[in-house]
Amino acid sequence: MKKNEYLQTESTNRTDGSLFCMEGADRGFAKEVSQRSGVITDLCWHCKCCSGGCPFAHAMDFLPNQVIRMVQLGIREQVLSCGAIWLCVGCNTCSMECPTAIDMAAVMDALRQMAIEQGEAIAEPDILNFHREVINSIYRHGRTHKLEIMLRYKLQTRKWLSDMNTGLRMMSKRKLDLRPSKVTHIAAIRRMFRQNPGGRP
Amino acid sequence: MNNLNTLQYSYFPGCSLATSAKESNRSLISFCRQQGVELTELRDWNCCGSSSAHSIDAHLAHHLPARNLALAPPDRPLLVACPSCYLRLKRTHMEIAEDSAAREEFQRMWGRRFDPDLEIVSFFEMLSMIVDQGRLKGLSGRLNGLRFAPYYGCMLMRPPKMRREHTFHGLMEKVLSQTGAEPVRWPHKARCCGTFLSVSRPLVAAKSVQTIMDGAARANAECIVTACAMCHLNLEIRSTRPGRIPVLYFSELLSLAGGIGQGEGWFRRHLIDPRPLLRRHHLIA
Ligand code: SF4
Ligand code: SF4
Repeated sequence: MKKNEYLQTESTNRTDGSLFCMEGADRGFAKEVSQRSGVITDLCWHCKCCSGGCPFAHAMDFLPNQVIRMVQLGIREQVLSCGAIWLCVGCNTCSMECPTAIDMAAVMDALRQMAIEQGEAIAEPDILNFHREVINSIYRHGRTHKLEIMLRYKLQTRKWLSDMNTGLRMMSKRKLDLRPSKVTHIAAIRRMFRQNPGGRP
Repeated sequence: MNNLNTLQYSYFPGCSLATSAKESNRSLISFCRQQGVELTELRDWNCCGSSSAHSIDAHLAHHLPARNLALAPPDRPLLVACPSCYLRLKRTHMEIAEDSAAREEFQRMWGRRFDPDLEIVSFFEMLSMIVDQGRLKGLSGRLNGLRFAPYYGCMLMRPPKMRREHTFHGLMEKVLSQTGAEPVRWPHKARCCGTFLSVSRPLVAAKSVQTIMDGAARANAECIVTACAMCHLNLEIRSTRPGRIPVLYFSELLSLAGGIGQGEGWFRRHLIDPRPLLRRHHLIA
């Protein structure tokens, strides 16, 4: 199916309480997203206010409301492997516009976490790598250490030369401290990580 | 709880203000001191998890802010300097307050009863309170004629759960106008700076930043004013075109307006040098 075809499926009001009828739709998926995010995605009526206001929609493969549409239709694999869920920065711009108060950032959080847990293809591995390096830094110090995050991120993505200049300018202005700022009682932080039901992210 | 002359707050700076944005941290503390607000840094605070924890790990996104709540002394409000840390801490506080299982878990993990009455305030909320009480002092026409573009970024946005929270839109204009500075009207005051995309998808963030920078310059502003360290960094590192203008922290300008901060070296740390502008306005030597 081409990118947009399955987003144009006719919707009908149904007596079983669900708003959409599609042969083979995986309704369990929408439920799972709702449970994790606390958002009832069926409330979205695709007015597209969110997509119109999202500052990063231009870079996304699917618009924010299309992501919701895919959840409603239960197209699990496509939505979990799309790039939009990674490009969303959770700025809440869309939620301020949404007439039904859909918490888009929470939906995107849930989808990303499901993509990782369920081993889906990650459309934006660099973005995931960056998040992992931030979290690793918190594991080590309890706080983020920008220089270390940047170096390890570069090591992961092998993009050494890009942004060299920016890094050096920041160093010269002492914006990248060589030493991390640290939590003293680091055991409390490590324990929090150990108790993580999802394991080390 | 607070006596009339000094206000006591616990203070959560957050990772950026503690490191890359020291000029924001120090100017905020200086300004508070001048206004009779005493800040006591939250002992052994940790990272709130930032965008990364809530992006990929719900457990950490909840418990990292929760530990900070557990560290906060009960007798005074907690001031959170960074706007995004503020959202994280406040939201976690709301979530725990609403859910008895979460309250029990909190107590189990941190050996302390959850305090539903802990007041968590942003810098804007605190400042607005000071203004409303008419106790803002020492700011007189020092910034006369300085044209600034007030930039709030996603600070004006709230998730639906927090919709009733005040955003303090217009506070920068209101307070800085009292010091003689002139806000320009421009369309991008609430446009997101791109946050972490600046690292992992720099071109996408650069497009946002360029729109913001060009918009401010076109509105004839001499500088952009922000209260967020993330916005500040992105605006500075992702704008490349000639004609870009300096980006100042709200707290830096408030300090200058109050006659402090001239010799503190905050402005040397900026990547877009604001010193020529500040000299032109006789704000620094
Ligand atoms: S603004 Fe809300 S209702 Fe409209 S399309 Fe977006 S999520 Fe759906
Ligand atoms: S929260 Fe995500 S989808 Fe919504 S406007 Fe921001 S980046 Fe776009």
